[in-house]
Amino acid sequence: MNITRKLMTREVFAGLFLATVGGIGSIIVGLPIIGVVLGPLFTAPKDVWRDVGAISDFKVGETVQVKYNYNQGEVQQWSGTTQETAAWLRRNSGTSFTAFAVYCTHLGCPVHWLAAPRIFLCPCHGSVFNGDGTVAGGPAPRPLFTYPVRVQSGRVQIKTQPQPLSL
Amino acid sequence: MNGLIKIGDATYRWLDERLGITGITKATLLHPVPKSINWWYVFGAAVLTAFTVQLVTGIFLAFTYVPSPDHAYSSLDYISHHQFAGNLLRGIHYWGASAMVLLIFIHMSAHFLTGSYKYPREMQWLTGAVLLILTLGMAFTGQLLRWNQDAYWAIVVGAEQAARTPIIGTWVAQLLTAGPAVNGQTLTRMYAIHMLLLPGGLITFITVHIYLVIYKGASEWPVPGQPVDPKTYWADYQELLHTDGEPFFPVGIWRDAVFSLVVILTIGALAIHGAADIGIPANPTTPANPAPDWYLIWYFAILALIPPASTPYVIILAPAIGFGILFLFPFANKGERNFVRRPWAIATVFIAAFATLVLVYMGYKEPWKPFLVNGSNPPQLASKSLRTTSGQALTPMALAGAHLMTVEGCTACHLIEGVGGQRGPDLSQVGDRRTYGQLIWRIARGGGGMPSYGNVLKPSQVNELVTYLETRVTPGQAISSNPGG
Repeated sequence: MNITRKLMTREVFAGLFLATVGGIGSIIVGLPIIGVVLGPLFTAPKDVWRDVGAISDFKVGETVQVKYNYNQGEVQQWSGTTQETAAWLRRNSGTSFTAFAVYCTHLGCPVHWLAAPRIFLCPCHGSVFNGDGTVAGGPAPRPLFTYPVRVQSGRVQIKTQPQPLSL
Repeated sequence: MNGLIKIGDATYRWLDERLGITGITKATLLHPVPKSINWWYVFGAAVLTAFTVQLVTGIFLAFTYVPSPDHAYSSLDYISHHQFAGNLLRGIHYWGASAMVLLIFIHMSAHFLTGSYKYPREMQWLTGAVLLILTLGMAFTGQLLRWNQDAYWAIVVGAEQAARTPIIGTWVAQLLTAGPAVNGQTLTRMYAIHMLLLPGGLITFITVHIYLVIYKGASEWPVPGQPVDPKTYWADYQELLHTDGEPFFPVGIWRDAVFSLVVILTIGALAIHGAADIGIPANPTTPANPAPDWYLIWYFAILALIPPASTPYVIILAPAIGFGILFLFPFANKGERNFVRRPWAIATVFIAAFATLVLVYMGYKEPWKPFLVNGSNPPQLASKSLRTTSGQALTPMALAGAHLMTVEGCTACHLIEGVGGQRGPDLSQVGDRRTYGQLIWRIARGGGGMPSYGNVLKPSQVNELVTYLETRVTPGQAISSNPGG
């Protein structure tokens, strides 16, 4: 008993009490802050299929840019042009399409399609991709990413995807 | 008159009794500094001046700027082109940012060269290193608020780099973009970080940094041959202040004031020319040619110049090692301070400065990337390149090849008599060094960073291209025969 009394002086008690107040305060304020900061990791709206045009809009063998919207949920209301995204859509044959992400696999800059030589060029560090998305030169570590594409009732649809990351 | 003085005196005493002005003034403005301080010591105050300029101009830019992705760019356009005095205010903030980054590196170099980080001022250096990181964070987030193409793609590229973090890479990347991709929440996060979080951190650490200047005193100018010995240094320093010190105000501060004035005048003069162009509005669906501002473009250049396979390691390990060294080396806190006795310190600063200058130059030049006019079209050949190098007319076949040079995008990567990109070899005199067969082989197969055109061009087109390239020889040199033509 005596030992307890010596250990628990007024100063020690006051210190522990302050630490408790601070700890409880930090938890009450901190939890919602952590929730808001980390929220985007587990509350992202689902990926959805987006219509990018009629099948007849695309010629076999050609690659063109298509634009469509991400699914951003309620944030969409004020997201301006950032709700949009683009893909390079290639019609391989009758109903076979490939949708290449515009993000270069080196560091994410938007690749540009040159129709005549049939290559994609990255404006940042000069990566070059062949028409089928494989690497032709430059620092890109892997072929261009592709998105799921489907044809439904004569319409071409691309599924929205997170920004592809070269890990 | 006497009455007024008495009233003033009484007012001061009334306030002093309640605020402790005299005590604070004695401890701060009047604290003694060594007489040996000189022009090397002015950069810290200059960084503080630049930061104050940023703080004030930033607050008033926020009076107009709309941190919403649908209106950020148009509000910036209004500030830059229509608002009364808006462009000047933004100009000061823009050049103030450059000044702050530049001065913080000069400040750091000066104290590194004079060994001022050594005992007992290690914490000075460490708080300064934190301030450097916070300042670079401000520089990065600040350029994003323009919400133009550079800003949009800087976040995308930032996320790509963050994704290289082992194990948690994807999470870090998605926290940076506040979602699976850049979205309506990204800009507000960057705005809050730029406007509240980082300035809060800067003010906190600047306060500690300045407190330490007063608590541990300004370092005396180092004398070669007088190494720091932690056992005796503090007593010697106190003695020095006693025998050879002077109050910081007014004898110590005047150089700071003069240099800070130069900094402010320079920022103001540059601001009259305006800030950086606001660029093209952020839009992920239009062609872009993104590049960061100068204070990060050296890093952009490194990522283009290193071997591709090393990229993931350089992105994560290089900053980790760099900042690790920055935080650890003040613990080598004894020994000589003066740079005359530390040649490696001089070499470090000069190599770092020279490398940065070269990389910034390369960053703007971008010799590694294909050259596209307006971001989408390979350049047209010069009219002299539509003749042989000796000035004669080209054959119809060679002329067709010259036409293909632009159409097929060759000029995006190859230079022909001064026109074109510098990504691949200069072809102005390629006929001297490559045979017909070698050229065919290279175009068809690609390699060495060049795409293969075997499946893209018809054999007749390859033949036309090579026929043209064979005409690119040293003027006066004979053009080799064309077995295919």
